[in-house]
Amino acid sequence: MDWIQLLSNAAQEFISPTTAAYALAALGLAVHFGFTGLLNFGQAGFMMLGAYGFAIATLTFGWPVWAAVLFGVVASIVFAFILGLPTLRLRADYLAIVTIAAAEIVRLLFTTNTFEPVTGSANGLQGYKGGFADLNPIPEGTYGFGPFVYNEYDWWLRIVGWSVVALAALVTWQLFKSPWGRVIKGIREDEDAVRALGKNVYFYKMQSLILGGVFGSLAGMIFILPRSVVPSNYQPTLTFFIYAILLLGGAATVFGPILGAMIFWVLLSFFSGFIARAVSEGFLPFMSTVQAGQLRFIFVGLAIMLIVIYRPQGILGNKKELAFVK
Amino acid sequence: MAVLFASVVAALTLSVAAPATADEVGLDEYDFRISGLVALDGEVLEDIRLVIDGQGFSVEVETGADGRWAVGVPLQGDYTVTLDEETLPEGIAVVKTTQEDDDTPNSRDVNVGQSGSTVLNFFIGEGERNTVNLWDQIVDRFFNGLNFGLLLALAAIGLSLVFGTTGLSNFAHAELITFGALMALTFSAVLALPLWLALLIALALSAAFGWANDAGLWKPLRRRGVGLIPMMIVSIGLSLALRYVFQFFYGGETQQLPGATDASFSIGAFGLSWIDVGSMVLSVVVLMAVAYFLLRTRIGKATRAVSDNPALAAASGIDVDRVIRIVWVLAGFLAGMSGIIWAYFRPGVGWDMGFQLLLLTFAAVTLGGLGTAFGALVGALIVGFFVEMSTLIIPSDTKYVGALIILILVLLVRPQGILGRKERIG
Repeated sequence: MDWIQLLSNAAQEFISPTTAAYALAALGLAVHFGFTGLLNFGQAGFMMLGAYGFAIATLTFGWPVWAAVLFGVVASIVFAFILGLPTLRLRADYLAIVTIAAAEIVRLLFTTNTFEPVTGSANGLQGYKGGFADLNPIPEGTYGFGPFVYNEYDWWLRIVGWSVVALAALVTWQLFKSPWGRVIKGIREDEDAVRALGKNVYFYKMQSLILGGVFGSLAGMIFILPRSVVPSNYQPTLTFFIYAILLLGGAATVFGPILGAMIFWVLLSFFSGFIARAVSEGFLPFMSTVQAGQLRFIFVGLAIMLIVIYRPQGILGNKKELAFVK
Repeated sequence: MAVLFASVVAALTLSVAAPATADEVGLDEYDFRISGLVALDGEVLEDIRLVIDGQGFSVEVETGADGRWAVGVPLQGDYTVTLDEETLPEGIAVVKTTQEDDDTPNSRDVNVGQSGSTVLNFFIGEGERNTVNLWDQIVDRFFNGLNFGLLLALAAIGLSLVFGTTGLSNFAHAELITFGALMALTFSAVLALPLWLALLIALALSAAFGWANDAGLWKPLRRRGVGLIPMMIVSIGLSLALRYVFQFFYGGETQQLPGATDASFSIGAFGLSWIDVGSMVLSVVVLMAVAYFLLRTRIGKATRAVSDNPALAAASGIDVDRVIRIVWVLAGFLAGMSGIIWAYFRPGVGWDMGFQLLLLTFAAVTLGGLGTAFGALVGALIVGFFVEMSTLIIPSDTKYVGALIILILVLLVRPQGILGRKERIG
């Protein structure tokens, strides 16, 4: 078995743009779920709006990169309003059902043939990366060491992706040290107490929903830069993966989601690679290679269950700061 | 009537990295393809709309400037390709082929087999169009809606009862639905038992699976005092794990239960299959039995009491654990049954079939009022009718969107649902 290849593939996941996208989406979810106590199961919908907003603004409207980014962000803010208006007054599980349903509505609308000229229906969209690649200051060539050898576009992608993640983490960290952050955490602990202090809880929850949603839409944009936009990538399973990352790292922490994303993807890559090689070398005769590919989903599911039951605060979390252990 | 013959040429469209246009849909995404060319006497016809339906999948395509079309489909199996005659030029229609006696020549069945791609020909000439009149469509949609609503109700009542008695929003309910269909498949198609026996065994195992869910996972978690939201997240993990366990053992393709493609039997002008009629009758009988159980039997009354107020019910001597156990067995049974009917309705048994139904089930439950059994029934019927009837107006690939939008609108206006009570929404 080629251990070097296996380990280097896994190591690449540390800084891959996909990991950055998941980390940022999980950070958004940390704002929603960890800090505010909002049970958002539609993070895939926010990511989708960011991705499609960026791609459609570039392809259909011909807008420059900054305007396309802004368009995706505005789309996710509108989505947060539409989601929040009916549900933020309701109990947590209603919000969960509505957000997952809304994300599915968005996905179905992007998949239908009715809007094919704009959305590309089930085929999705590609060819929107030109503007982003033109901004690249790195001269052409291959750079790097060890397993991390990439061309100029791939490095540019990683640098931008992780810078956005770092910036978002900084913003979140500062915000939750501020009075605003304390009100938000107060809402998570006891809504009525915060209301008694004269704060407009509904308004604060809406702000939190928007902030996390914007992180989600930026994550969606990073997510599509190394690949194309395909609606089937945004099934509810995507949100569940992000929840697994968030719970792994620690729901009510700023660095938990980032650490969680790195550990999740490195382990997942290592595990899939290991099983696939083991199967192809005949160590697991009862399993086909297709079945080996499905094993990882089974383990993600089991991991979610075990973390929630045995270590609900995750790796970095503090058990006292748990929205949901009540 | 002279039939100018037909020139729909078999065409394997070569499309490597061709730009995505309306005449090619989903080729990159799916492994299997159906394609063809629409032409009249060698002259190609552009912008002809075709709808491809089957295996729980639906897609529309329009022919391109070269008269060709191609779609990618996710699974092997039978599909129905319908050419929309409205989009043909004036005076032109799809005509009958000589060998078959077919009332709807514009709608044809095609099988995608091992080779992975299939070519379909239509015979086009001057002739009478085959139009389905609006009334027939409405009646057809009505029965589909009724059938779908009833099977949804079977799933929704179980979900609602579990929520009512334990407070759990169980996302893994979808896997109870899939389990029933997979067991029916195992015992009828794989082990070749008679269908009635296979279905009985499948239902019994579904009930047992419901019990096992509770005994193996939820009861210990309740003992540990795990909160409701963590439990909900656990159910999501369970759903993900079970779904891929199913795929691990049964594979990704869609398989058919015996008799799923039986000849239809007609009442008046519209065709319904025996299986449609049978499943509707059975659903009604089972739903009535559930209603009787909840309203008239001691344990049913106890169930409603636990739903209302578990602490008070326990204080008045009701064995809450026993009630919850019975509710789980009932939920497993009902979900398994709805899975079997869903397998005939789609048609097909697949590893994620329950998950496709899950959000609609939640929509039904929320619409009727979380935790109320009869609310779930009402909500399911409304969602079922709405989904099927809405296809008269909106494209069929967006039919679930309408139901989900209704869910959100209802929460805006009446968050407790149709039959729910206000105090539940907290």
